[in-house]
Parts: sequence; C-alpha cells; structure tokens
Amino acid sequence: MLTCRQVSLLLSQAQERALSLPERLGLRLHLLLCDGCSNFRRQLEFIRAALRRYPGDGD
Amino acid sequence: MDAATIGPQELEQHRAYLLRYATIQLRDPDRAEDAVQETLLAALENRAGFAGKSTLKTWLTGILKHKLIDQIRRQSREQPIDTSPDAEGESEGGDFDALFKPDGHWETFPQAWADPAAALENRRFWQALEACSDALPRNTARVFMMRELMGMDTGEICKELNITATNCWVLLYRARMSLRECLDKNWFGRK
Repeated sequence: MLTCRQVSLLLSQAQERALSLPERLGLRLHLLLCDGCSNFRRQLEFIRAALRRYPGDGD
Repeated sequence: MDAATIGPQELEQHRAYLLRYATIQLRDPDRAEDAVQETLLAALENRAGFAGKSTLKTWLTGILKHKLIDQIRRQSREQPIDTSPDAEGESEGGDFDALFKPDGHWETFPQAWADPAAALENRRFWQALEACSDALPRNTARVFMMRELMGMDTGEICKELNITATNCWVLLYRARMSLRECLDKNWFGRK
C-alpha cells in the first residue's frame, strides 16, 4: 500500500509523465480509501487550472 | 478588431495584464518591464500579422512568452540553476518532513476547499496566489511558472535551464506542495 507521502509525489509526477501500470493501480486503490489524498488531488488540479487563467480578468 | 485598428492605445490597455504575467514569471520588475515594452513594440511593428482569429490579449500573450523565454535564457546564463541537494535551502529528502508523519501519513489531512471556482473570480485570490508564489524559492518558482503559466513541457524546460527531468520534477513537486500549503493557510482556510 502506498503511503500518503508517496501518493502526493505520484500525483505531482502524473502531471509530468505517464505513470506505470502498478503506479496507476496503487494510486487508484489509495485514492478510493483516502479522502485526504483525494482532496489533495483536486487541489493540485485546481492550482494547475488557476495558473492557466492567471492573472484572472484583472485587465 | 482587425490589424488596421490596432494602435498604441489599444495595446496600452493590455499593459497591466502583461506586466503581471511577466512579473510572476521573472520576479524582476525591471526585466518584466523590458519584456512588456519589447512585446508592445513588436506587436505594433507586426500588427499586420494579427489575424483576428484570437483575441488581441491572446496574441499579445503569445508574443510576451517569446520575450520571457529570451529573458529566462539571459537569467539562466548569468545565474545557472544549482541543483545540488542543499540548493534553495532545502535538503533532498527532508523537504516536507513537517507535513508527514514518519509512517508517511499526512500530519494534517487535506480538507476539501470550499468553492474554488469562486476564488478565480475574486481579485484578492490572485493577490494571495502572487504572495504564495513570491514565497517560493527563486528557482522553484521559475521552473513552476515555466511549466504552469507558460505551458512549457518538462523537456523544453530542461533544455532551456540545462537541468535533468528528475531535477525538474523535484522542483515542480516542491512548488506544488508549498503553493497548496500556502493557499490552504492563506485563502481557503481563512474563516
């Protein structure tokens, strides 16, 4: 079972490279069981989406 | 809007936007100002090339990205990125020890953020994001902004900065962890 710490690293790397099959399965299993890491994943996705819109509509 | 109607006044309307974009990437007000100045000048010289297929803002942002990459090349020639473990004041393994228990669980489990979509419409959220970005170590921020603001891929970033993909991923991970923590504390966690 992956630890939350390992999951946080894999979720960041998932934005950079294709994860291996064992990595993907380990991640899915962990996320099913762990609300904290599921929240973390949504937050990373939000940060990515936010930067794409930077600096908002402040023009 | 077509090319014929683009004059200095139309371009000036976008200066503040372009300056914020350049500043969060370069973290150097003078160089950011230079990049924006060059962008507006290049836009005026090449306005016939504006096809009207994108908005003027998008077109200008595209030009600015090229100018920013020129500036980043200059910066990285003058101050190459130090990828040794102690660079940026953080050791390789000890980065986020405070966030995790020794067994790898979160010290504090991440709580869901309330209404993130609304944050994107709030001017003060963008200021909070800028403050969190400013708090990142310089090279960490540079790599992160090249990736997320400019939309470059890891390969392009490695080539420009002469670092390995692994170094790049470490810096991106640090940036994401720190920004998440900072936004959690300073924006989403505020009550």
